[in-house]
Parts: sequence; C-alpha cells; structure tokens
Amino acid sequence: MAKEDSATRGSGNSEKATATVKRGLAQMLKGGVIMDVVNPEQAVIAEQAGAVAVMALERVPADIRATGGVARMADPELIQKIMEAVSIPVMAKCRIGHFVEAQILEALGVDYIDESEVLTPADEMHHIYKHDFRVPFVCGCRNLGEALRRIGEGAAMIRTKGEAGTGDVVEAVRHARAVFGEINRLQLIRDDELMKYTKEIGAPFELVKETKELKRLPVVNFAAGGIATPADAAMMMQLGMDGVFVGSGIFKSDNPELRAKAIVAATTHYQNPEILAEVSRNLGEPMLGIEASSLPESAQLAKRGW
Amino acid sequence: MKIGLLALQGDYREHLQVLQTLGVETAEVRLSKDLEGIAGLIIPGGESTTIGKLAARYHLIEPLRVFARAKPVWGTCAGMILLAKEIGGEQPILGIMDIVVERNAFGRQVDSFQIDLEVPILPDGDSKTFPAVFIRAPRLVGVKGDAALIAQLPDGTGVAAQEGKWLATSFHPELTKDNRFHRYFLSLVEQRP
Repeated sequence: MAKEDSATRGSGNSEKATATVKRGLAQMLKGGVIMDVVNPEQAVIAEQAGAVAVMALERVPADIRATGGVARMADPELIQKIMEAVSIPVMAKCRIGHFVEAQILEALGVDYIDESEVLTPADEMHHIYKHDFRVPFVCGCRNLGEALRRIGEGAAMIRTKGEAGTGDVVEAVRHARAVFGEINRLQLIRDDELMKYTKEIGAPFELVKETKELKRLPVVNFAAGGIATPADAAMMMQLGMDGVFVGSGIFKSDNPELRAKAIVAATTHYQNPEILAEVSRNLGEPMLGIEASSLPESAQLAKRGW
Repeated sequence: MKIGLLALQGDYREHLQVLQTLGVETAEVRLSKDLEGIAGLIIPGGESTTIGKLAARYHLIEPLRVFARAKPVWGTCAGMILLAKEIGGEQPILGIMDIVVERNAFGRQVDSFQIDLEVPILPDGDSKTFPAVFIRAPRLVGVKGDAALIAQLPDGTGVAAQEGKWLATSFHPELTKDNRFHRYFLSLVEQRP
C-alpha cells in the first residue's frame, strides 16, 4: 500500500482485539438495554424500540425452563439472519466452558459472546479462556470474587446473573448489592491485608487491587436475570448498574413493542419518577413469572458457574 | 463555563471524568431544560439509533439544533453520526454538520481497532501522535462546504472533521488518558463570548 505524504495522516500500526477495544464496546452500551430475541422479526422490534444491542438465542430463558432438555448455542443460520436484520450489535450465547461454540460464534462475527449459565454448562470446572479470542465476552456473576475470576479469564464485560426466566428481580438485586457491597468494604481493607482477602474470595490479586483503586469493577457491569418492568430497570440503574439485559421480560409480555420502548426510556430517565410513571402506564400484562425463591435448587440457573 | 454531556445513552461518564480532571463544571443533558446555562455540548459514543430515538421521543432534536447554531458541539462516534447532514439511512439525527458519514464503516466488533494518529490541530500535535480508539466506528465519506478534515487514517480515510465551532471524531478520546482533544474543544468554547 503506497503511503501518501500528508500531515494529517496516521502513522502507527493499527491493533485489533486489545483490552481497550474489547472493553470499549461495552462502554458504548452503557445506559442502554440489551434484549433477548429469538428471530429476526423480534430483533427489528427491539432495534425500533431503541435497544443498544440484541442477544440472539433459540429460546428465551422462560422457555428453556418450560421445555427443559439441554440448552445449547443457537443455530448459526438463525444468528446470521438476526445479524443481517439489524444495524445494532448482536450478541450470542455459548455454554459455560464450551470453547468450540465460542469459536463458531467468533467465526460468525458476532459482536459479543455471552458465556451463559442460562445454557446447560459444558464444563463443570472451567470457564472459557477468553483471552484467546478476538471477540469480547460478557459473563455472569453473583459476587465480586466470581466477577473478578471471569475478568481474569478475559471477560470484557460483566453482568449480574439474577435468576433468568423468572421475571422476579430479587436475585438481580441480591447480586448487584453483593458486588457493590463488597467493593465498598474493599475500600476499608489495608493494602497489606489484601492478599488474605484475595484468598478468601478466590479472585486474582492484581484485579482485587485494581478494583480497590478504581472503586468499581475494571469493566462495565450490567444487570440481568428477572428484569420485567420499567421500574425494575430503573431500580437496577439507581443501584449503580451500567445498563440492563432484558431476557424473557419483553417478548413474554402482552405488548412487546410498548414494553421494550418503556424499558429503554426508564433506563435513560432512571432518576426521573415522573417519566417512570408515564412510561409504566398501560403496558398490558408483564410476563407471568415465577417467584425465584420457589425454585428447587436444581432449577436455579445462577448456581451454574465456578 | 459549564459543559453539557448528552446523557441519553452511551459513555458520557467517561467524558465527564476527563472534564472533571480538567477542572471544568459539567452537566448531564436528558431533557431540553437541561441545556440552560451550558456553554458547549458533547454528544458521546454509544448506539446512535438509541440516542436519536430517545432524543426524538423526548423532544430534544429541535432544541439541540437551536443550541448548536449558537454554541460549540463535539460528537464522538455515535455523536458524529448525530451531527452529520448525511448518513445514508433513516434514523433521527440533528443533521447540522456538512459531512457525509457511513455507519459501522470498518465492520463488526472483531474489526474494531486502535491506532496512533497525527492530528496537527491539537496542542503538541506536530510532535505527538494521538491514541485513537475505533469501536464499530463510522467514517467520513464526504467533507463539504466549510467543514474540514482534521485527521485521517494512513490509507486516507477521514476520521475527524471540524466546521467552525463543531467537531466530530469517529474515535473515542474519552477512552484514553490523552486529554488534548477535550482541551481543544474547550478552547473552541472559550473563544466564544
């Protein structure tokens, strides 16, 4: 390539898939809503409603619960069609530890991979070594140790697990409070006591130190798992989350278009109760939901992940 | 002097942090009343379709145009798309700068990249490159009228433009530790009465 001589031209070499670039996309999604979709039509509805990205999957978590069986990565054909249908970023899920599903998703060119407890885990000890990939990953967590282990493996974005497919926000709140509470308490731990704390929570030392200095996780942190209403979304934002994932909550409700738009507005105007009251009106029935505390342990998806 | 950040969606907090380290007073803009008392506005990176739709739904498009006619505005990435007159697609935009922009011009996320650019208009721009981070970034395919190109990739692709008091960058100075672009924007704000 002939390089012309011009004062305004760049000089350096371009670098892809750096931590800055991988974490950067998550930073662009902040203050937004990422919606689960199972076909291109739903993806278009999500984009029209103002979603910042869509999560392409075969069944939403509520249906995975209802039908049972092994839940796997979606058909590449479906993911491709969703990618062609919208101009916003498209994410897709692979099973915990299933690095070949992740390789396939990377080959498809998805914008983010969710190594997700919503699917049936493929490895009961190890998560994917995400540094090996050019595509960035988002992973679930229930507490600070779990979040930092995932970041240590290369996750460029974190989300709380909540309890997917329930429409019950209580677990998302529990996990958000756990992470923020631990970060707050971390400020009180002396530097010469950090190693002991690191051992207790099973997290990489350097990341514990970095989190203490930053007073927040080193990557973007979204809420997920049970968000079904504009009020749920705004509550997660007021608790300090950077944005929200809505899975079953939109397309399992009476009026997905209206509810999707309302949740987008509530995520932006989360501190404005007048707007929250306005967008919460006449949305029709939300998803019916299941009380998360009524689930037997074997049905609790958040327990998956190590 | 107070600088506003369009805070509908995106990485506005990263911009706020840079401005705060420069000792500048800041405000988050979500509704038109938030524009009062602001000397300049930054439209951050984010999802341009989401930001545009929220701006339209909450009747911000016209107030933002009125604001921009009088005061400096800088758009980064999604912000550049919102400022452009032509984007080759249907979505709500302000359409004020005489530039033609193509969305997602470098491909999907796996093609996002960072590179050091020469940007002579910046402080020390003659001797020091600027670390530019491109995330599913747009590019300039046309710069017309009074708009001028201020940064290009090595292959000549236009990635930053200025038109009087308006600034647009395909990349994200707010994701780096180099605050020269923010200082340059502040100098545009300070030049105005």
